[in-house]
Amino acid sequence: MKKKYKCEIDCAACAQKVENAVKKIDGVNDARVNFMMQKFTLDADDARYDDILQQCIKEGKKIEPDFKVEI
Amino acid sequence: MTDKLKKEGKRILLTVILYFAILILDKTGVVPFVFENTWLSFFVYLIPYFICGWDVVRKALLGIKNRQPFDESFLMFVATIGAFVTGENSEAVAVMVFYQVGEWFQNFAVGRSRKSITELMEIAPEYADVERADGTVERVDPDDVQIGDILIIRPGEKIPVDAIVRSGDSMIDTAALTGESVPRSVHAGDQVISGCINGEGLLRAEAVKAYEDSTVAKILEMVEESSDKKSRTEQFITRFARVYTPIVVYAALALAVIPSIITGDPATWVYRACTFLVISCPCALVISVPLAFFGGIGAASRNGVLVKGSNYLELMAGLDTVVSDKTGTLTEGSFRVSAVEPAPGVEKSEVLRMAALAESMSTHPIAASIRQALEEEQPDALRGVSALEDTDNVSGQGLIAVSQGRKIYVGNDRLMEACGIAFQPAEDPAATVVYVAVGNAEKFSSAAASGPEGTSVSVSTQSTPGDGAAPGDGVAQTDTTNSAEDSVDGKSAISAGAGIRYLGSISIRDSVKKEARQAITDMKACGVRKVVMLTGDRKTVGEAVGKELGVDEVYSELLPQDKVARVEQMLQELRTDENAQSGRSDTQMNRSENPEKTGASAQAKKSENSGNASKKSENDAVRHALAFVGDGINDAPVLMRSDVGIAMGSMGSAAAIEAADVVIMDDDLRRIPMVIRIARRTVGISTQNIVFALAVKLLILVLGALGLAGMWAAVFADVGVACLCILNSMRLLQKRDYLA
Repeated sequence: MKKKYKCEIDCAACAQKVENAVKKIDGVNDARVNFMMQKFTLDADDARYDDILQQCIKEGKKIEPDFKVEI
Repeated sequence: MTDKLKKEGKRILLTVILYFAILILDKTGVVPFVFENTWLSFFVYLIPYFICGWDVVRKALLGIKNRQPFDESFLMFVATIGAFVTGENSEAVAVMVFYQVGEWFQNFAVGRSRKSITELMEIAPEYADVERADGTVERVDPDDVQIGDILIIRPGEKIPVDAIVRSGDSMIDTAALTGESVPRSVHAGDQVISGCINGEGLLRAEAVKAYEDSTVAKILEMVEESSDKKSRTEQFITRFARVYTPIVVYAALALAVIPSIITGDPATWVYRACTFLVISCPCALVISVPLAFFGGIGAASRNGVLVKGSNYLELMAGLDTVVSDKTGTLTEGSFRVSAVEPAPGVEKSEVLRMAALAESMSTHPIAASIRQALEEEQPDALRGVSALEDTDNVSGQGLIAVSQGRKIYVGNDRLMEACGIAFQPAEDPAATVVYVAVGNAEKFSSAAASGPEGTSVSVSTQSTPGDGAAPGDGVAQTDTTNSAEDSVDGKSAISAGAGIRYLGSISIRDSVKKEARQAITDMKACGVRKVVMLTGDRKTVGEAVGKELGVDEVYSELLPQDKVARVEQMLQELRTDENAQSGRSDTQMNRSENPEKTGASAQAKKSENSGNASKKSENDAVRHALAFVGDGINDAPVLMRSDVGIAMGSMGSAAAIEAADVVIMDDDLRRIPMVIRIARRTVGISTQNIVFALAVKLLILVLGALGLAGMWAAVFADVGVACLCILNSMRLLQKRDYLA
């Protein structure tokens, strides 16, 4: 399942960092943090989608405290 | 301005004031007991430092914790700590404060550009009004509209999904999607595109697509994704920053340690090393270059052109060859009868009528053009004509239709030859010529009967019912009445052998778009070396149109797969050409041999970037790109194959939007040179930024290492340059007319 969310991210470099970290999470097929559009796209396994999403947000916040996702 | 930005702004303003207050107190020596005490002075300066820079410090520490330490925050953190250590308290705070001012300004600028892009997003409809079976109207989310639902669109409302008008007339404002300011009038039966704004009238329309498949959704998705596809310049900057930051950190470390050991004066060298760190921050480039491309894409979308990624915009700036399809792209794609040349003794309208009758079941544009011409000549000529009894399509030649006892031959020269009909070749090379002849339906009818048979139709079209029922009667009647004419035209009738009489020829032309020539001239003025036209049409037609338009090369009689082959061949030539010329001097950055040149498409190039492909080769492959222009309907393979695929007139064609890299929403060819102009400006501005930022930094870096430039100069080199570059990039966001 692939879904797009509005997110808050402060700089292009931070977006890149968060994206790289989130991609490494188990169950994530693909992820994208777009700084210019302030969009977070997550493509992950259907069955655990919500769990994975929460995990991504947590991981993102660890790297970049200002990272926020509007669900 | 967002609330967050406002809050940040206030905080920074506060620290600036606080900082200067402290600085004045310090330098004027009003309160010596504070500033003469090293520790007390340090703590006083720490106040504005932390108010302003606590988030930088936090980010730097977080980066260290996450083992990704090398970023701007880290550089600033280390530099300011170094300055505090060496006792330069005021400068440490200055660095932090001005770094934050710069950051704030960047956020502001990015926010502005984001807003100008999202203005485009306002094409997204917020709701849809659906008329239910019982006549009630329900307001729903556009996502919930089902195909087949009847939508009520009031004046001033956005069309929620692609739909077909069932009733109502209105003018539709398509400006947000196409950049075209003249509203389009729609009536029942017309397709309307989601995202357009309804004008004066109330429309009832039937949804033909779900929201997610509608044009507006496709466009929004594309624009959002466009900033994901990075140009080579952007990739270079990202890579550059990745190597550059660690190098500078280590260089600064060396600068702090080695000379200190030799000279025994650590304070000076640590300070210089910190200066070095501050200058080195690559943010001017990291932010201003993507911002320039973002702005360029925004400028293009405001002008009715969607560019799917910065990489394509960059390629557009260096187009070498533009290959274009003919029909529907360079020409209107609507055919018109340009000349009718009847055989001696035959009426013009007669030729048209026969052809129209034979083609009456056909939806081919040629058939439509003949019908239209006939209607102009004789408004009700086709009224009362009975249906065709039989038609026989002769592939690649034309068709033979049977109606009311007559056999009508409509086709090209080959059909005439195949049927043994003598004809008068028409002379217009740019036209498609259709020859018309008529014979008796009975296969082996006599030559004598067939001649008048042709003319008998002109008499009997008003319909004598007996004509169709008893063909023999008709023949007998007309045989006598038209004997005079028969003798006039007897020559051709007899030569036909099978008793077929030649009526004349109809020349049909596809008119060239009025702005096409101008567009091609403009493209050339924008640096395009070669404009090539591909067409499936006959050689004579292709060449005549090519000449009229001033294209450089014409390849005609191509099947769709030939077009792909032709484009591939040109791509190949372009690459070898490039290698041969790689010594040529150029205005763009430095050059060197480029191993990727042979890399096929833009996508391939993008993925092929090897880590050490330095900046030298970057802009090289950017030049010499090939673009294909088509209508996106049947040329998807070619669109994909070329460096940049440009689809024209794609309003409402989701397939075209998908296949192409650059989508021109209306069918104005002048938008191609326009995008090239925007692209060149974008690339120009980002190059200016790169050159300017690197030059200033390098200069201050050297001066800093030599001790000639202090922290203040370093702060300027960092923040000042970043601001100037951003301002430069923001020039692309200005509204400006690129069409002229």
